[in-house]
Amino acid sequence: MKFTLPWLKEHLETDADAESLGRTLTHIGIELEGIEPRGADLDAFSVARVTGVRQHPHADKLKLCEVESRHGGFEVVCGAPNVRLGMKGVFAPEGVTIPATGTVLKRSKIRGVESQGMLCSARELGIGEDHEGIIDLGDDPEVGTPAARALGLEGPVFDVAITPNRGDCFGVHGIARELAAAGVGELAVPDTAPLPAAFETARRVRLDFPEEAKDACPLFVLREIRGVRNGESPAWLQERLSAVGLRPISALVDVTNWSTLDMGRPLHVFDADKVEGDLYLRLSEAGETFTGLDGKAYTLDAGMTVICDDSGIVSLAGIMGGESTGCDATTENVLLEIAVFDPARTARTGRKLGIDSDARTRFERGLDLGFVLPAAEWATRTILDLAGGEAGSVHVAGAVPDPRVRIPFDKRELTRLTGLTLDDPSIMRILVDLGFEVASEGEGRFEVTTPPWRHDCARPADLVEELARIHGFDRIAAESMRRDEAVNRVVLDTSQLRRARIRRALAARGLDETVTFSFVGDQQAQAFGGTPVRLANPISSDLVALRPSILPSLAEAVAKNQARALDDPALFEVAAVYTDARAGGQEWATAGVRAGRPTPRHWAVVDRAVDALDAKGDALAALEAAGLDPAKLRITREAPGHFHPGRSAVLTLGRDVVAHFGELNPKLAKLFDLEGPVAAFEVFLDRLPQPKRKKTRAKPMLVASAYQPVDRDFAFLVDESVAAGDLLAAVRGASELIREVTLFDVYAGKGVPAGKRSMAIAVRLQALDRTLGDADIEEAACRVTDAASAACGAELRR
Amino acid sequence: MADRLDSLRHELLEAVDHAPDLKTLDEVRVQALGKKGRVTEVMKTLGSLPAEERKPFGQRVNAVKAAVEEAIAARREVLEAAELEAKLEAERLDVTLPPRPHPIGRLHPVTQVTEEITAIFADMGFAVAEGPDVDDDFHNFTALNFPPEHPAREMHDTFFIEGHPELVLRTHTSTVQIRTMMAGPPPYRIIAPGRTFRCDSDATHSPMFHQVEGLVIDRSTHMGHLKGCLQDFCEAFFERDDVPLRFRPSFFPFTEPSAEVDIGCRRSKDELIIGEGSDWMEILGCGMVHPAVLENVGVDPDAWQGFAFGLGIDRMAMLKYGIPDLRTFFEADLRWLKHYGFAALDFPTTFAGLAR
Repeated sequence: MKFTLPWLKEHLETDADAESLGRTLTHIGIELEGIEPRGADLDAFSVARVTGVRQHPHADKLKLCEVESRHGGFEVVCGAPNVRLGMKGVFAPEGVTIPATGTVLKRSKIRGVESQGMLCSARELGIGEDHEGIIDLGDDPEVGTPAARALGLEGPVFDVAITPNRGDCFGVHGIARELAAAGVGELAVPDTAPLPAAFETARRVRLDFPEEAKDACPLFVLREIRGVRNGESPAWLQERLSAVGLRPISALVDVTNWSTLDMGRPLHVFDADKVEGDLYLRLSEAGETFTGLDGKAYTLDAGMTVICDDSGIVSLAGIMGGESTGCDATTENVLLEIAVFDPARTARTGRKLGIDSDARTRFERGLDLGFVLPAAEWATRTILDLAGGEAGSVHVAGAVPDPRVRIPFDKRELTRLTGLTLDDPSIMRILVDLGFEVASEGEGRFEVTTPPWRHDCARPADLVEELARIHGFDRIAAESMRRDEAVNRVVLDTSQLRRARIRRALAARGLDETVTFSFVGDQQAQAFGGTPVRLANPISSDLVALRPSILPSLAEAVAKNQARALDDPALFEVAAVYTDARAGGQEWATAGVRAGRPTPRHWAVVDRAVDALDAKGDALAALEAAGLDPAKLRITREAPGHFHPGRSAVLTLGRDVVAHFGELNPKLAKLFDLEGPVAAFEVFLDRLPQPKRKKTRAKPMLVASAYQPVDRDFAFLVDESVAAGDLLAAVRGASELIREVTLFDVYAGKGVPAGKRSMAIAVRLQALDRTLGDADIEEAACRVTDAASAACGAELRR
Repeated sequence: MADRLDSLRHELLEAVDHAPDLKTLDEVRVQALGKKGRVTEVMKTLGSLPAEERKPFGQRVNAVKAAVEEAIAARREVLEAAELEAKLEAERLDVTLPPRPHPIGRLHPVTQVTEEITAIFADMGFAVAEGPDVDDDFHNFTALNFPPEHPAREMHDTFFIEGHPELVLRTHTSTVQIRTMMAGPPPYRIIAPGRTFRCDSDATHSPMFHQVEGLVIDRSTHMGHLKGCLQDFCEAFFERDDVPLRFRPSFFPFTEPSAEVDIGCRRSKDELIIGEGSDWMEILGCGMVHPAVLENVGVDPDAWQGFAFGLGIDRMAMLKYGIPDLRTFFEADLRWLKHYGFAALDFPTTFAGLAR
């Protein structure tokens, strides 16, 4: 919301300057977004007189003008159609900066004739839209007068943010009232004295609403005004509207804008000669159409409040007037509408049709219901002042609703909620200045009645806010929080702790943590799990589906990094994934990807690409960080389709799938624009069992043998279909003397029969009670080879 | 005879001293002291001597043997040292070679800052609560006292879920206030960090961002405590003794009174310094929990009271760590992650410091 300092001062008698008013506004909850000095950039511009006009020798539409300015006489080339001898305008000498464009004016040749400056249009000066011709200042101003003074420019322009609960501050008068309550001035009272009717308004208004929709329009005031001249509004009003960014149009239109901004009171003016018969209001039916003042056709839903005449819909209540009955230069007789429309319906209609008008902004936030009939007098007077004519009688349909609420208030409530203490007179003064009626009942108790413009106050807490903000939040003393426990408790639950530990464990393994959007493209989501949960109003088509897995986002991240020649990304993320929109359809997961090399190319490291086992290591590290014993996990091959079928697996714990790992299915490479294999894993955190509650944090006693261990190596030949995991498990279980089993070589090729693999396994044997003798070792070795043979058909390689 | 022994001794010691390496030295040892060595051979002649000569001759031969043994040991030490030196010299490594890589990843600033915030509020007795990203209209709006159709709802640019008109992506973490209060009786003292979503994307807005909600409900907490709590938090978070805060009246449907909080700062060309200068920058919204919200969750607003606040985590990260652009948070650019990320083991704590 914008307004100017002189405009504010018409509502508020004050000596305060713009700066201090701005500070006070922010202080009481009307946030100052800026103060623009209007006309401050016009210092170099001044009034000049045209002392001679000649035709440009080489251009029909250009003229050569002699101008007399405070800098002396100049010749300028001018294309404005309205330039004439003796005219006074705004002159820009060379070297000044033109506000609208920010460019410095240079002496230049136009069609072969040098121009030594410029006569300016309103748009060039950044003070209006007019660019049809140059500014015509009339005869009054002296040559050399500063342009800002000659133009009657309004002073500084305030830009403030109004919170949505304060419809009453969407008018300069409401803002002035707040400032008056804050003690910076005296509020002026608008002139709402009744204007006598010169004739009987013949037209009637009917409110045709079903009982349950009576609130759509509880009150409609109509007044006819005859014999208006709808020319330009006076310069001061044009300037005032221009200053806040509105384009002056005609006296009648400017009056409606003026009323909206000045009193926060939208009104509408119909051209009476275009209205057929009486007006009536009703709810629209689905499919009805309406053409607004903006020239656009709208198709309405059922239940929108509309104003009709015998020809059909002529206005969209509280939002926009219609084209068919709009005022223009020929308008002589008008119908003035001052109405009350239901905020909720207005908001719904405006949103559905996508119309954001100044009227809607105010109606949907709630108007001053004490300023309806008085507004009719105020608006009529303004129209007569600006456009002439005479006013008919006031015709009223419906009744003024009374929105006032009585609130019993005990000032201890203020202390309870804010810690502030105010005396009774201060409480009375603040509330009365804000327009509340206050009756003191003694002992700090009051009966407070809300003003008819405050729809946001209904209970004591609301009054606490009024008192605290006007008294000043800065006067509330800060107090530190105290906690009950001497020593801090653990505040994270198991899930939160696991996520924190997994993050640090994965980062320690060389993966960088990402935070990516929870939504991806439809295809990308589908590639990772069926039909996704979708947004009804996505921002773009690549951000439409809630991701069923973190992997599509990470795959996109890999591709983006690869495209920037960052070739070895190793990324992970901990986030929620979504399989169902309804409750319980979201679970915590962590996922990671590696592409390119596992470590950078290095002189001492074998160069290789990432593979599924890198992902397996990451998955196991995440699970271990979550507190799981990897020995309890079972590994099977049924990984979902987004993985390479031959290079992926599922880790299960009991019946629950707790992780997938593997290489991404190469068929995804094209969709995601991936280069080379991508090793990926995902771990489902909510499926992990809760840790058992233990009575003690004590660890079990360490059992360490005092006797020498013995190491034996075995080289087994197995069919290539034999899983290493099965062979290792068989060996591990072969003897009680076995402490450690390590697979230290896997080989196929020369020297190994086709279809076979050689697996070399180191076994460490150790007893707790003795040094192992030859017989012990021999027996254990036999058991190892027997177990390997029985479980996997392994033969000792000779 | 005696001369022979002297010359043998001399000859053997000479050979020991001149042995160029351990192998030759060993050969010398065998030639001198081995089973068929020259000293051994001399010793064998002992039996052929008259009885009275045996003892003195034996003593002299033993003396020669001992001298040779001693010389060999000394020579061995010298030769071993030389050999080791030569071996070590041969093993010389180019120590300027880069070591084998052991890559280590970084944590995202959102994680680090969330943990910093958690550490501070944990010290003030707050627990950590969470709620779902997809939530219903009730938890996101209605229970929080947003009237139907009110413009305050529109300020939120809500994402809706297709096929479920009642479901939204939560526009704020305030949903967790409602979930916490409906889950059990007061008092409550929680923070709730998490993802939030608004249908808005431009230079300063991202459709996804992070908030942390705070909620305190007990018998006596008032707005002075709200100011104290946030003042204490900001001083701890920005690691400064005095951070100027400005509480500005504002409006949120779920708090009454409501305030926005600005932090004092100095903005220069490309730097922002918190706690100095004369500019103000908005950092959070807060207020006393609205009595209607308490009623909506079945808590008596005349018996219980307290405050709530909502803080942008990404924004706090930007302010504290000088990260210029919100949108870059979510782009997963490796260079950004490495540059703005945090070391894997830098756990923020209030006892050891939040940041290095």
